Amino acid sequence: MTATDTMPEAADRRSWAEWLDGHSGRIMVLPAVVVLLCFAIFPLIISAYLALSRFALAPGGFTLKFIGLVNFRKLLVGSQQYHLLGKFGTFGFVQSALLALVAAGLLFLLARYLWRGRPTIAGVIGRLLATAMAMGLAVLALATMAPGGVPGTVVNTLLYVFVGVSVQFALGLGLALLCGQPIRGRNFFRVLFFIPLMVTPVGIAYTFRMLADMQKGPFAPIVRAFGISEWSWATEAWSARLMVLVGDTWQWTPFMFIVLLAAVENQPRDQVEAARLDGANGFQIFRDITWPAIAPIAATVVLIRLIEAFKIIDLPNVLTGGGPGLATESMTLHSFISWRTQDLGGSAAVGYMLLFISTIVCVSFFNFVVRPARRFEA
Amino acid sequence: MSAEPRSLARRLFEPASIDSQAPVARIVTYALLFLWTLVVVIPLYWVFITSFKGPGEVDNGPFYLPFVDFAPSLQAWDFMLVQNYTLRPYTNSVVVAVASTLLAVLIGSLAAYALVRIRFQVKLAAVAIFLILLTAIIVAVATFGVQWEIAVAVAAALFIIALFTLVGRTRLAVGNNDIEFWIISNRIMPPIVAVLPIYVMFQQMRLLDTQLALIVTYTAINLPIVVWLTRDFFAGIPLDLEESAQIDGASKFRVFFTIALPLVRSGLVATFLLVLILAWNEYLLALFLSNADAQTMPVLVSAQNTTRGPQWWNMSVLITVMIAPVIVISSILQKHIARGLLVGAVKG
Repeated sequence: MTATDTMPEAADRRSWAEWLDGHSGRIMVLPAVVVLLCFAIFPLIISAYLALSRFALAPGGFTLKFIGLVNFRKLLVGSQQYHLLGKFGTFGFVQSALLALVAAGLLFLLARYLWRGRPTIAGVIGRLLATAMAMGLAVLALATMAPGGVPGTVVNTLLYVFVGVSVQFALGLGLALLCGQPIRGRNFFRVLFFIPLMVTPVGIAYTFRMLADMQKGPFAPIVRAFGISEWSWATEAWSARLMVLVGDTWQWTPFMFIVLLAAVENQPRDQVEAARLDGANGFQIFRDITWPAIAPIAATVVLIRLIEAFKIIDLPNVLTGGGPGLATESMTLHSFISWRTQDLGGSAAVGYMLLFISTIVCVSFFNFVVRPARRFEA
Repeated sequence: MSAEPRSLARRLFEPASIDSQAPVARIVTYALLFLWTLVVVIPLYWVFITSFKGPGEVDNGPFYLPFVDFAPSLQAWDFMLVQNYTLRPYTNSVVVAVASTLLAVLIGSLAAYALVRIRFQVKLAAVAIFLILLTAIIVAVATFGVQWEIAVAVAAALFIIALFTLVGRTRLAVGNNDIEFWIISNRIMPPIVAVLPIYVMFQQMRLLDTQLALIVTYTAINLPIVVWLTRDFFAGIPLDLEESAQIDGASKFRVFFTIALPLVRSGLVATFLLVLILAWNEYLLALFLSNADAQTMPVLVSAQNTTRGPQWWNMSVLITVMIAPVIVISSILQKHIARGLLVGAVKG
């Protein structure tokens, strides 16, 4: 302390610098935490409050009235059920058989964990939750797609997520394997195939509307030759959904492709060559060398895509406006439409349902697919 | 190579050497890749040539080749870029995307670096009390009409008291991995859940329809990606360089800016580009938070759906000017992107 008395100014500066250095870790993390608190946690809590209340415009402002779970009840069993969940059809033999298959598969996985793995309390709870969610969504999808049923926005979103991501993954992997062959012009393909990822989804929606125009689009002569130019894809539920999936696939296959190609290029070259010398065929090499090498990366890109796919809104909004009827409306679009009609409580409730579903699906996928895939590698 | 001549079938189906493909396999590979090339190119080509068409060329059936079956004109370009207000949304898009990306990369990499290099211990009780108080503020203000300044002051006081009395006695704490997981998991949250309160927040602050509102919001939503990618870059650099600098008396900030950041340059480029593309194409938040002044390109494009139906030629101009710069930039820096994504995906 004696030194500080003689040179107060320098000491001040040094202690200030020391304080800064001592707390540098916190100071470095602080901006990120503050930004996320303000723009994620704080809005999330307010949204929860909104979802539990009724919003009404009043003279000179608005009123919020706490009404408990009414918004959720309306969506799940009340007047808005047709919108969120859809209209249930009659369960036939096919639906029952499929459902039994799903149930058997889930029970098998659960049983295998309980008997073979070392079950922990958190593990059991997590698996029960994931199983319940998978079962619920399977029942919902099968029931609304059964004859007489109309899928709601939940099933539409699931369709975009699961069908879309699987197709994109398959195409991306196929292209990556093709490009990973010893071919000329690999860089050309890499740069070219990457481009759709950068096109704004709104632009893609309009582009595909142009392309799929039955009278003026580039494929109009072909359509005319088949004599279906009077028909329009936008008026039928499944063709409209297919259009959204096509646009989404065009945009996101490059993402899968680019990462998987980098992974394929990183696979152990010497092992591949040794296997080829031993006379292994392409499929064997893929199964025993390539796939184990890229599995952790594959699982991670699928996870990233899953997270983003749940948020889809731009494509259906511009491509079809959610129509015909509700056929292509995603949950985010549903929430947005509720907001536009001043139903803020309903909008927040739909948003929360989406948050709930996507969190459970993504966290389950991370725990039960991505983690084992990584451990497998290590 | 053996001396005996190979039969035609063997020559077609077997590779000549270990590093090449059999001729048939090669043809199939190129055919499939060419097919996908068409899938990628046709939509882009169609947008590009449609921008040189007029109403007549679009309505009277499809025309495919400029100068051959229709005469290209710059009418739509003139209409959208010279006579119209496109420049303003374009500037907005550039400013918002670049500024928010810079901010996100700066804040995110700082946090990621600290989380990789410094050990954190945050008491779980403190986090829980903070969240409970935050909820209490919101309920008090929204239901009981308490003034928000008072509510915040009371909550802050309570929090500090709790911090010094209760929290110290608890044992449970969250570490670096938990903080990281929390930051990254924010990306799972669909923006539609958060956008209503953010909208109201900016409305109260009179910042609605400004570039600032969009910049801050985009920074927040892209922050998790930056942290997720950059943490692996930082984890990959050797410690000794930083340690020797620290022994020489450099502060942590100095080490970060002068040693760590330059070392992960190429990873930062990848992160920057990825976030830039995401911010450039963002639609939902811009739809809520901007109206006329701060309107960005995606919103402008989607608003082209006039009552007479979309005017394809004008739309195509907008789409072309939107995608041209990103295509050029990322084609040049393509290798960085792939590498950056790969590193992120490997470690996750």
